[in-house]
Amino acid sequence: MTTQPIASLSDASALLCTLLVFMVPMAWVGLALVNTGLGRSRSAAHSMLSSLCVLAVAAIVYVAFGFSVQGISGGPAHAILMGGKEWNWIAAEPVFLRGLRFDFSPLSLTVLLQVFTVGLAALIPLSSGTDRWRLGAICCSTVLLAGFTYPLFAHWVWGGGWLAQLGVNYDLGRGVVDAGGAGTIHAVGGLTALSITWILGPRSGKYEPSGSTTVIPAAIPAHNVVLVLLGCLFAEMGWLGLNSAGAILFSGVQPSRVILIALNTTVSAGASGLTAAAVTGIRFRRPDASLVANAWMAGLVASSAGAPFLKPAAAILVGAVAGALVPFAVELLEFRLTVDDSGGAISVHTVAGIWGLCSVAALSNVGTQSGFNGQWLAQLVGIATLLGFMLPLTYGLNWLLNAVYRQRVDVEGECRGMDLHELGAGAYPEFVVHSDEFIQS
Amino acid sequence: MKLAGLLLLVAGWGIVLSALALLPSQIGRAGFVLAGVALEFLGLALLTYAHSVLNTEKG
Repeated sequence: MTTQPIASLSDASALLCTLLVFMVPMAWVGLALVNTGLGRSRSAAHSMLSSLCVLAVAAIVYVAFGFSVQGISGGPAHAILMGGKEWNWIAAEPVFLRGLRFDFSPLSLTVLLQVFTVGLAALIPLSSGTDRWRLGAICCSTVLLAGFTYPLFAHWVWGGGWLAQLGVNYDLGRGVVDAGGAGTIHAVGGLTALSITWILGPRSGKYEPSGSTTVIPAAIPAHNVVLVLLGCLFAEMGWLGLNSAGAILFSGVQPSRVILIALNTTVSAGASGLTAAAVTGIRFRRPDASLVANAWMAGLVASSAGAPFLKPAAAILVGAVAGALVPFAVELLEFRLTVDDSGGAISVHTVAGIWGLCSVAALSNVGTQSGFNGQWLAQLVGIATLLGFMLPLTYGLNWLLNAVYRQRVDVEGECRGMDLHELGAGAYPEFVVHSDEFIQS
Repeated sequence: MKLAGLLLLVAGWGIVLSALALLPSQIGRAGFVLAGVALEFLGLALLTYAHSVLNTEKG
């Protein structure tokens, strides 16, 4: 079993791969619907428009210079010598994809998949900044993510960077293995969401000081759970393409394994959703639809790292653990740590993404040939890099952005809702949901 | 406190990188990688606490 990018594809495999890549935008749809549904009704149109803007900015920035940072495995790159080994830090591809041939080759399919996945990563922070993140700031922050932070980490894992080389250089299994992007797409997006949540602060009225040591957060429920649950179904379709195409193009998995990958992706999401339904059913006497939806997404995220390498029973376990983690992570963040993560992006994408990375070492046989369980160490180094480098980097860059261009909307805008304040019209003008909404002052 | 948390995160990553580059044995590497990750979690806790205090004060 290899985890190296594939060198060539037969015509049938190239066609299959193209179809799988074309399915990935369904994950955009899913994520956009989940983000919008979990927010307030007075920011619904803003949320959907932000999703479109984010996808547009991410694609253009990635094509303009993001790909030159990420590159491909075996392509031109800058490396330094550390401890007698070559550490590949950053790619040196030309800007605007110059020199690339666009055909059915693995390279061109990889570039297309990357354009789609960078959009997916950029959509994640939207969920945490709902109801208070200005559209202009969203676009600027997306430039940072799509142009530098995401491509840099993706180069390290998928572009032949130092994390991918841990196996060759230090005998750590097969280096960091992340076939569908649990860490590369989701944990990076989730850590950006955490940075954004910290920089923006909580929504007004979320944490009122009560005079006692315990602060009880105000409940701000999802405005449309049907949208959220529909988003989960769309996301499932997108993830089938993402996990399958990622496994073939980034990890060199044989195209015949797409059946196993699709099966593992589905049972992981299902197990995660059912576990969350059971956990919330036991804790609150009835299943919580928002948390079950979040858990479904978390099951998809967790499956991404190891779907090609896990047996179906192990994939069910991966999903079940993700589904058990999500309700507790959401509660811990909201109640104990006062992190106002309105859409649960940090729990879904960071926590489940990191669990997905661990599951490759814990439940698959990838890298076990090296004797000492080096795959565990490789995955841990990947997680350490996410926490110790990507989080400070994305926090620092967004903090600097906030210093020159304020990211949070003013108090008046937050009260009126982002739709009226930034777009001048509400998403649901025919329906007055709350008495203070849809009234132009 | 925020800065201290961020520095701990970066320091933890530095320990992980140093362990890879400098230590020859896998056991030694594993120990230092775990220590680095533990330091990162400490930094994350400190950073979270700093923001939590800020959020509670602001309301």
